[in-house]
Amino acid sequence: MDGNFSWPLKTAASVLAGATLAITCATAHAQDKPIRIGLVTFLSGPAAGPFGVPAKMAADAIVDSLNAGKAPAPYNIKGFGGTPLELTIVDEAGGATKQVTELRNLIERQNVDFVIGYISSGDCLAVAPVAEELKTLTILFDCGTPRVFEEASYKYVFRTRSHATMDAVAGAMYLLENRPAVKSYAGINQNYAWGQDSWADFTAVMATLKPEATITSSQMPKFGAGQYGPEISALLQTNSDVIHSSLWGGDLEAFMLQATPRGLFNRSQLVLVAGEPYLHRLAGNMPDGTVVGARGPNGVYAQKSALNDWLRQIYKERAEIYPNYPAYSVAMAFLGLKAAYEKARGAGGGAPATDAVIKAFEFLNFDSPAGKVMMKLGKGHQAVTGTAYGTTRTVNGQVTVGDIKYYALERVQPPEGVKSLDWIKSGMKPGNW
Amino acid sequence: MNQLLAVLIDGLIYSSWLFIIAVGLTLIYGVMKILNIAHGSLYALGAYSAASLAGYWINQGHAPMGSYAMMLVAAILVGLIAGPVIERGLLRFMYGKDEIVLVLVTYAVFLILEDFIKLTWGVDPYFLYQPYSLLGSFDVGNLTYPVYNLVLFGMAVLIGVTLVWVLTKTSRGKMLVAVIHDREMAAAMGINVSLVYFVTFTAGAMLGAVGGALTAPMISVQPGIGAETIVLAFAVVVIGGLGSLPGAVLAAVLVGLVRSAAVHYRPELDLFAIYFVMAVVLIMRPKGLFSVQEARKI
Amino acid sequence: MKRDFTIRTLVGVLIALLLAGPLLPRWAMFLITVSLCYGTVVLGMMLLMRTGVVSFGHGLYYCLGAYAAGTLDVLFGVSDIAVMLLAAVAVTGVVSALLGLLLRKYRDIFFAMLSLAFSMILYGLLVKTSALGSSDGFNVAAKTLFGIRIAGTEFERYVIFAVTVLIAFVAAVCMHKYLASHMGRLAGAIRDNELRVEYMGASVRNTIHVNYVMSAVLAGLGGALAAVSVGHIDPEMSYWTTSGEFVFVAILAGTGNVLAPFLGAFIFETIRSFAYEYSPNTWQMALGTTMLLVIMFLPGGLWSLFTRMRRAA
Repeated sequence: MDGNFSWPLKTAASVLAGATLAITCATAHAQDKPIRIGLVTFLSGPAAGPFGVPAKMAADAIVDSLNAGKAPAPYNIKGFGGTPLELTIVDEAGGATKQVTELRNLIERQNVDFVIGYISSGDCLAVAPVAEELKTLTILFDCGTPRVFEEASYKYVFRTRSHATMDAVAGAMYLLENRPAVKSYAGINQNYAWGQDSWADFTAVMATLKPEATITSSQMPKFGAGQYGPEISALLQTNSDVIHSSLWGGDLEAFMLQATPRGLFNRSQLVLVAGEPYLHRLAGNMPDGTVVGARGPNGVYAQKSALNDWLRQIYKERAEIYPNYPAYSVAMAFLGLKAAYEKARGAGGGAPATDAVIKAFEFLNFDSPAGKVMMKLGKGHQAVTGTAYGTTRTVNGQVTVGDIKYYALERVQPPEGVKSLDWIKSGMKPGNW
Repeated sequence: MNQLLAVLIDGLIYSSWLFIIAVGLTLIYGVMKILNIAHGSLYALGAYSAASLAGYWINQGHAPMGSYAMMLVAAILVGLIAGPVIERGLLRFMYGKDEIVLVLVTYAVFLILEDFIKLTWGVDPYFLYQPYSLLGSFDVGNLTYPVYNLVLFGMAVLIGVTLVWVLTKTSRGKMLVAVIHDREMAAAMGINVSLVYFVTFTAGAMLGAVGGALTAPMISVQPGIGAETIVLAFAVVVIGGLGSLPGAVLAAVLVGLVRSAAVHYRPELDLFAIYFVMAVVLIMRPKGLFSVQEARKI
Repeated sequence: MKRDFTIRTLVGVLIALLLAGPLLPRWAMFLITVSLCYGTVVLGMMLLMRTGVVSFGHGLYYCLGAYAAGTLDVLFGVSDIAVMLLAAVAVTGVVSALLGLLLRKYRDIFFAMLSLAFSMILYGLLVKTSALGSSDGFNVAAKTLFGIRIAGTEFERYVIFAVTVLIAFVAAVCMHKYLASHMGRLAGAIRDNELRVEYMGASVRNTIHVNYVMSAVLAGLGGALAAVSVGHIDPEMSYWTTSGEFVFVAILAGTGNVLAPFLGAFIFETIRSFAYEYSPNTWQMALGTTMLLVIMFLPGGLWSLFTRMRRAA
């Protein structure tokens, strides 16, 4: 034992040093206390493969890139306004009641600052009032139903992607532009809200734009049926010009695998409203001439930009394939929130309060890998974008899309205060944007 | 006329598929009085294994016709591994318990296997479409059907006939039937009921896996396919009468034809069709179409 | 005496919950509310299981109760909790009285499958009804209780919590008294040996019918309460997996006492929540393993733990 310092002095010195260290750490920590974002997406069940897990992978990639400050301008500040982000992930499986419970846990027990989530329309409708009650800014990033903001107004809830009406409208427009002589069409859609709404929208648009076309058959197999023998036979017999389908996931893939060898698509042209995620997987079973939608100018329809290159690069590093539309949806959510947060924070301010972020988010315009996103519906809470459609062509054994057409938002979005179906039935007059 | 023919053919194809997925379930219930919810997972395991093994075979450049053999090999392997593991490792300890408790045990096994499949194969779908289109197609009227559907029909007939032959013509099979009718009496007669259970469960597991393997070329193999199939298999088994093989055949044909007719004439009814048939059959014949006679216990 | 113990515990829990309610964090209050809704349904399942029948289709009444409560607003503009609950009771009572006429003749797996078939038929009907939101369902907002406005006020969640607690309490006490009564004890006799009950002169079918209606009304109440507290209803409530969950919780809890269903529901909800939070990729495996462990080591359900402990003491 050295005798240079007496032990009380030594103890006091170490305690003081320790306290200083602790206080410095605490304050430093307080400044760097990360922004906690809860991500709710499907990690199990049929929606995990095509939507849930790609969204999660994109979120992971985006958060890492943002935290490293590697995103292109104007998103190049680290994290949000210099504060790093932290993701907490919750599985969206289990139904709406479960998701309401989980949202409460996420906000009140896990103390997240923001929530980004929800692919299923049912979950979106259920959690919106809860987010409102718990006063936490929640971004619905992928669900399609227009009902969220058509049936109610919210202060704390935002949706950074367009709803599903534009898919049907643009799909019908594209079809009729390329094939004005369509005489008959049929549909095969899953018998639940998404499929029913998609078919209702499509038939309404066709009735408005081409009332002479007849509906030959509307097949509504149950969700997850997987076996479409009888449906394909029925469709074969109708000899329709066009078949409309909003099938997705395993159901779509099974349908294509079963229908292509039977020559269904030699007789009828297929319109796949949400077919983009399956282009690379169904090579050999995706016939040429299929009209494919990506629920927006996403994926193969995304026009070249620094942001698009960035997303494609960081996603491919993780997933080994290029991002599909759920990945783009999640990117829009993160970038929109970042833009609103930094706008509310101003130059070098402290962390903005939620109300300030909300005020900045309303009616915000921001850039995304899919192009410009404008929060113009739902009193500033619902995003609108244009969309795109293309036709498949096999080139060198790869399925590609050609004949791509873009549709500006005025042509495909119902204006504020008008319900989607009413807008379609009354002639789809472009709103005042 | 053409429409009617289509309804009939579609109905029979679908019935073959239903029969193949349901027969293992009815066998297990008949012998062991267990409604095996894990049957859905065995189906899924069969599909995944077939997709993996046959897919590997095709990717290695071997003869595509061999992929059919590979599919069946995969299914049999699944049955031989999963069956004994579940039966000897778990179910054996639960035999005395209430029927409903056993259903829950199989439900727990189903949950565990679902995540096991997800951990082993991931959430991305697997495709095995080559065997489906390999054999070409044939035309009936203005409709085209892949020959693979005939294979499905053929397999269903083969399985049905084999099972009936085994159960009625071989001594082991007759012992199994004896156990179905009265377990205690059969044990008293010296039949090794424990061995019968083991063999039955393994056979049932194999049949479930074969169902999955045969379906794999027609679908995208991904998480969740097991859950959808269970309810269909149950409905067929209950309509036919639990434990009855001829019942399963008749029920499969009935449900297949009803669904096919619904799709061709009234597509929006497809959602209820199977439950409606189940309710009607149960109302008219409370124990299903063919039920095993049971002495009433006083 | 065992009877005193149950009633005492029920009253004690009621008072504790009502007093502690405002002090609890809101997620805990919500968890308890949802557990009590489930518990009410499972209380009905317990009654049926004591009678020797298991229903795999109680989601039918759970869903009917919820939709009866929810459509009041859509059809008549009524959003009073008391009226909603009455509507749920009325609708489920009538439907179960009718279906019970048919179902009371079935037993075992056939009862289970027929009840499942009916619940799936309701599911199909609701999914096809786009006016009710099809598979997405719609939101329910209860605005008043006995005419007093609660929506938007500070104590909205507490009032919903308190109403649920009170209804669960009343249901539990009534069920406890019923099970101790003459007709209630008949249930156990029917489970043991129906033929002898008939010889005794009691009507097996009538008893099963009455018990079925009671359990259905309880399920309807649970559904209506869930509709009010969760704020959203959808056809999934009638799907067979929901009914399966009720059966599972009933077995988990055991049928020993009216407290068991609520305890079981609470533990199930908690386990599921934690499984989601801590193993989002393997929660199914975690849940399945827990189920197996309970079934293997606690065949009488969780309640048998209590009886064992009390007997030891």
